[in-house]
Amino acid sequence: MCHGCAMSQRGLHAMNRFGLGRRGGEPLPGDAQSWLAAQLEGADPALALAARDTAEGLVAWREDLRRGNDGVQASRAIMQEDTATLLDHAATTDRPFRERLVWFWANHFTVSLRRGAVVPVANAYLREAIRPHVTGRFADMLGAVLRHPAMIQYLDNTQSAGPDSPAALRGTGAAQGARMGLNENLARECLELHTVSPAAGYSQADVGQMALVLTGWSVALQRDPPGALFRPGIHQPGIKTVLGQALPAGPEGLATAVAFLARHPATHRHLAAKLVRHFVADEPPEPAVAHVAAVLRETDGDLAAAARAVVGLAQAWEPLAKLRSPFDFVVAVVRAMDLPAEARPRMREAMATLGQPVMNAPLPNGWPDTAKDWASPEAVMRRVDWAWAVAARGAGLEPAAVADRALGPLLGEATRGEMMRAGSHREALALLFAGPEFQRR
Amino acid sequence: MHLPTRRTTLLGLAGAVMAGPASLALAAAPTGQRLVVVILRGALDGLSAVVPYGDGALAGLRGALVPPEPGREGGLLDLGGFFGLHPALAGVHAMFQAGEAMVVHAVAGSWRNRSHFEAQDWMEFGAEQRLDSGWLNRVAGALAAGARPAKGADLALAVGSLMPVLLRGPAPVGNWLPPSFSVPAGDFYTRVAALHGADAVTGPAVAAGLRERGFAGATLGREPGVEGRAAERFGFPALAAAAAKLLAAADGPRLAALELGGWDTHANQADRLAGPLRQLDAGLVALRDGLGEAWRRTAVLVMTEFGRTVRVNGTRGTDHGTGTVAFVLGGRVAGGRVRGDWPGLAPGQLFEARDLAPTTDLRGIAKGMLAAHLGLAPEVLAQVFPGSAAALPMAGLLRA
Repeated sequence: MCHGCAMSQRGLHAMNRFGLGRRGGEPLPGDAQSWLAAQLEGADPALALAARDTAEGLVAWREDLRRGNDGVQASRAIMQEDTATLLDHAATTDRPFRERLVWFWANHFTVSLRRGAVVPVANAYLREAIRPHVTGRFADMLGAVLRHPAMIQYLDNTQSAGPDSPAALRGTGAAQGARMGLNENLARECLELHTVSPAAGYSQADVGQMALVLTGWSVALQRDPPGALFRPGIHQPGIKTVLGQALPAGPEGLATAVAFLARHPATHRHLAAKLVRHFVADEPPEPAVAHVAAVLRETDGDLAAAARAVVGLAQAWEPLAKLRSPFDFVVAVVRAMDLPAEARPRMREAMATLGQPVMNAPLPNGWPDTAKDWASPEAVMRRVDWAWAVAARGAGLEPAAVADRALGPLLGEATRGEMMRAGSHREALALLFAGPEFQRR
Repeated sequence: MHLPTRRTTLLGLAGAVMAGPASLALAAAPTGQRLVVVILRGALDGLSAVVPYGDGALAGLRGALVPPEPGREGGLLDLGGFFGLHPALAGVHAMFQAGEAMVVHAVAGSWRNRSHFEAQDWMEFGAEQRLDSGWLNRVAGALAAGARPAKGADLALAVGSLMPVLLRGPAPVGNWLPPSFSVPAGDFYTRVAALHGADAVTGPAVAAGLRERGFAGATLGREPGVEGRAAERFGFPALAAAAAKLLAAADGPRLAALELGGWDTHANQADRLAGPLRQLDAGLVALRDGLGEAWRRTAVLVMTEFGRTVRVNGTRGTDHGTGTVAFVLGGRVAGGRVRGDWPGLAPGQLFEARDLAPTTDLRGIAKGMLAAHLGLAPEVLAQVFPGSAAALPMAGLLRA
């Protein structure tokens, strides 16, 4: 292969593997690794987009609750509008690696629209708890997540009260005191999913202690503006111990726990394995995981350094080794077609139909990240169906040119040949998007 | 003792339909018997589904979470004087009274970790380790081993877009979902399938997808429920009805996996549990009704990854626990009974002072069904559930 071809293949690979697919004819990076590294510098451009913050979302939720049963209208409107903004950003951003990292971390710290109270604040959560820290320190992201109303409400921490808290001991306001008590949902998922993982060998006692640390971290819905709040009245007094680490009473307990858990070697390994699985291979090679974990340890959890380490892995440059998730697939098709905003397909609906509704994971462990999770027969058939449907929007496009721009030398002869023999432009474009290469990144 | 009455053709049918919290997967096998496994993801509170209202310790532990006793308005549906079904399970109650539904109480798998994700994996792999297949896929493989494959056909169908671990593995399994896009004409799909032929991941998926759609389209008639809201088209009762129709067909799949979520009731449990229970109830009734004549050759296992804490937590919900219930339903089931050794709820009787103590191993129930209903031999059961020698197949699940 000629030198220029190799260069263009490497650039296209970087756009697919680490980005969201090439947008139309956007310039190919001369040096793929520099192009990726540059995206980690500076503030996230998506923070400049218009969107509602958590307080505005909670006001809407409060109004919806007041109106009663059918009253999720205001919350849902906020979610729909801000999600549309977000997906338009994914379809057009010139920092797609940055965006992929945002979605990776948002999935790591999953909140889901399946819980009504998450609906009005899910987008604000991304802006406030995830985006500011994607190139910062993991401890800061963890701290922001655990104190954010979206997570507090999603994992039921709002009313979790210590058994020896002032409110529980008063116990007199019977309806209040007697009924308030501990909820260990957030504590368990924090240990299992967000930080150390079961590999750390924590016990039920550790989960219970972590739940006590988290008592009091709540949401003040009736305050103006509404938002997250630490309620000393339901916080469990006294020192707690999680994985042998003593944690003081009060709000400092969570700060100490976050610092301890974020720095734990088991957390570094857990995060490294997930990053490598997401960006490199379904079965993360052990040396790659060890390398990224070491970078996390040496940099005290610098997520930009971890991202650079993943890009630097030789195994990350094997083309088309990963299957695209439905989210990635839909965005990549839209970018390849590069249609004006009004001509784009409805991305949120498409993602739902293909099995990955936005911010709507079934469980707190988020969306899966391997080919076998996304390649069931019906799931792949639905991509084929959608490829046919969306190709109808490409009337003005030259299919061969779209293929060359999006995949270039990565497109196999078989697919190229079928496109040449297609009976219509629509069919040729549908074959490109339904073909095997486009399912991969 | 049961021998398969006839062999059905081996279809390339396995798959999974998922929308919202519900999904369905099916597999063909050379037997006239049908086996349906319903996975309740998120940990069903067994003490709310099948309430031991006769246990004197219950009221003190559960308080407002306990519905009124049988006979009172909105009260429990009695199962013989000690246990009562949640009022949302009226259809199951009718099956219980007809002798076609059995409850096993104080059930748990071998795991004690209280993690949804690990526990669901172990429940579906059939062992506390990651195997290359789920246990129902191994059942499909075992049933096919002695059979001569029909031409061009695979072995299994799921209805849904995600394939549950339970059915993953080497025995071919596909899936099916009600169609929702305009369909291209001509040989478009054939050409796409050819392009994917060399891809080890998407190649088999496209091939299986095409076969399943052909079968499902022919069996279900016109595109089912193209009109109607997504929740109705894809909801658990609708998927159960579709599964029943596919399973009932002479040349249809014989194994199915359905799943339903919404059970992780950490807060406001009384309000949040009724909806999923009603869905489950309607789905089980739809299965029975849709199977028609084939219901008497059908066994259904309803299982969840673990139970929930005996005490109410601080937010009127319950946290992750251990012992829970399982349901066994079907035309041949020796129903009308609540089985299992009741461990009691008094102080000292709880597991780790917080959970319903498990007295029946979930694997023993599954093994009992596979032995009695599908005629699997002990050495096959040992492969389906490796390392489960201590969990003896439960006897007496089916009527003689």
